[in-house]
Amino acid sequence: MSYTDLSVSIGKLHLKNPVLLASGTVGYGNEISKFTDLSKLGGIVTKSLSLKPRKGNPPQRIVETPSGMLNAIGLANVGVEVFIKEKIPFLKELNTTIICNIAASSIEEYVECTKILTPVDTINAFEINVSCPNVKEGGLIFGNDLNSVGRITEMVRAVTNKPLIIKLSPNVSRISEFARIVKEEGGDAVSAINTLVGTSFDIWTRKPKIKNVTGGLSGPAIKPVALAKVLEIKRNVDIPIIGIGGIMNWMDTVEFMIAGATAVQLGTVNFINPNAGVEIVEGLHSYCEKQSIQKLSDLVGSFQL
Amino acid sequence: MYIEKSRVEWIKNLLPDTYLLCVHSPLIASRIKPGQFCNIKVSESDFPLLRRPFSICEVDGEFLHFMFDVHGEGTKILSNKQKDDVIDILGPLGNGFDYTGDYSTAIIAAGGIGIAPFPYLIQKLADDKKVTSFFGGRSKNNVIEYGMKNLLISTDDGSSGFKGNVVQLIESQFDQFRNETVRIFACGPNPMLKTLQEFSIKKNIECQISTESAMACGFGICQGCPIENAEGDEYYLICKDGPVFNAKMVKL
Repeated sequence: MSYTDLSVSIGKLHLKNPVLLASGTVGYGNEISKFTDLSKLGGIVTKSLSLKPRKGNPPQRIVETPSGMLNAIGLANVGVEVFIKEKIPFLKELNTTIICNIAASSIEEYVECTKILTPVDTINAFEINVSCPNVKEGGLIFGNDLNSVGRITEMVRAVTNKPLIIKLSPNVSRISEFARIVKEEGGDAVSAINTLVGTSFDIWTRKPKIKNVTGGLSGPAIKPVALAKVLEIKRNVDIPIIGIGGIMNWMDTVEFMIAGATAVQLGTVNFINPNAGVEIVEGLHSYCEKQSIQKLSDLVGSFQL
Repeated sequence: MYIEKSRVEWIKNLLPDTYLLCVHSPLIASRIKPGQFCNIKVSESDFPLLRRPFSICEVDGEFLHFMFDVHGEGTKILSNKQKDDVIDILGPLGNGFDYTGDYSTAIIAAGGIGIAPFPYLIQKLADDKKVTSFFGGRSKNNVIEYGMKNLLISTDDGSSGFKGNVVQLIESQFDQFRNETVRIFACGPNPMLKTLQEFSIKKNIECQISTESAMACGFGICQGCPIENAEGDEYYLICKDGPVFNAKMVKL
C-alpha cells in the first residue's frame, strides 16, 4: 500500500499528498491537532489574515441548511503581527505544508501583508482570498471584478517569490476568465471554489437566520457546482487547480481530481469529523491500489467525455 | 478530547417531549466535568449535516446521560434512538462550572431544559456545600425535577409553585441566604440569564452562567459561536472559552 505515489505539485509547491485543509476550517492548526495527525496531510491553509486583527461579525454567524451550512464569520482573525508571534511557533513544528491565506480590504493591504509574511520560513505558499462573501469592503467586490483580481495578483506577485494561489469566487458567470487573468498576471494556481452566497429565513419572525443577512454556503450541497467550476477552468486554462466544495470523503476527492483538480481542500467536513483528512489519505491509497494507479497525479483531469 | 462511537444503553421520557439518553462512552465519561458538553452526530448520513451540542447531564460509571427537548430534526432523530444503536460523540468540550472554592451555598437556577447540566453538578458538589435549586417552567406540564436537590418551582401561569419567572422566585427567597456565602449556577434562556446577571452584579454575588449558541465544530475552528466580552471589544467563543462564563465577563 505504501508504494503508491500520492505526491502532487502545484507549480513549485510540492505536496506529499493532495489533501489540504481549507482556510477558515482549521484555525491556525492547534485545536484540530488534538483530533488528527496533521503531518499525514498534504498541508493546511491557515485562517484568513488581515493586517490588523478583525473582531468578526455579530452572532448569529452560522446556520445549517439541507446538506450544508451558511456562515458569515466576517474574517475574524488575530492579524499579521500576532500570527507571526503566537501562531507561527506552533505551525513550525507541524511537519506539514503551511499555506497562509490573506484577506484584505484594499490592494495595498494585500501587498503589505504578503510583504511582511514572505520572510517567514514556516510559510510555504500564499493563498489570496479575493472572494469572501461576508465582509463589506474587499471580498466579493474584488472577487467579482476581473480587473481587481488581475491587479491583486500582479501586485502581490511583485512582492513574493513564494507560490501564489488565488482563491476564486463561484459567484461569477465565467470563473475560467478569472483563472486566465490569474495565470497571465503570474499566479501559480487557483483554488476553486469559495462559498456560494446564500440566505435563510425564520418563517415565524420573518427575519434572516444569519445576522449578516447573507452568508456563504458550504458542504455537500455545493459539490456539483464546485465540480462544474473546476471542470470549466480545466477545459479553458492551463493552470493548477485546488478543488474545494463539499468534499466529505476519498471518493469526493477522486471525483475532483478526475474533473481537473491537482489537489483538494476539505472545509465543512472538518467541523464534523476533524480526522477526515487522514481517513481520506488512507482511502486514496486503497483506491490507487485497486485501480493499479502508481502515481495519483495521473488522475488529474482524466475525465472521459 | 475524543471521538467515541457510543452504544445507546437506554432512552426514556421525562416529559412527552423531554428525553434522557444513556450511552456507553467510557473515555469521555472518565474525563468530563459538570458544565462541559459533547457534540453529537445524530445520523450517519449528511442529513442533518452538523453535530448537535448537548451539555452533560450525569455520569454513571462508564455511562453518559444527556437530557434534551425535541426541538428540531436533529433532536427528533436522537429521540428515536433505541438500545444498542451507535452514535458518534465528540467530547468533552468547553469549560465547565467552577464549583470549588470558598462558599457555603450553591444556588442552582434552571430555566426549562436549562436544567440539563445540573444533576451532574449537584452530584459533584462537595458534601459541605448546601444546595438550593430553583426551576422555572411555563406551566406544570413543563416542570422537570430530575436530579434536583431542595427544589423550589416557579411557573409562568402559576399552575405549579410560585407564579412568575425563576429569577423573581430567587429574589423572593433570597433573604434566607443572608448569612450564607452563595454562588449561583445558572442555565436557561438568554432573558433569564440576563436578569440574573444584573441581579448578581447588583448583589455582588459570584454567578456562573452556562450559555448556548448554534455551533458547527464545538472546539474552536468554525468560529460560529461568538459571545461579546463585557467591554464589547472582542468576542469569546462559546464552545472553547465557555460555555460556562462568570456572569461579569460577557454581554448577554
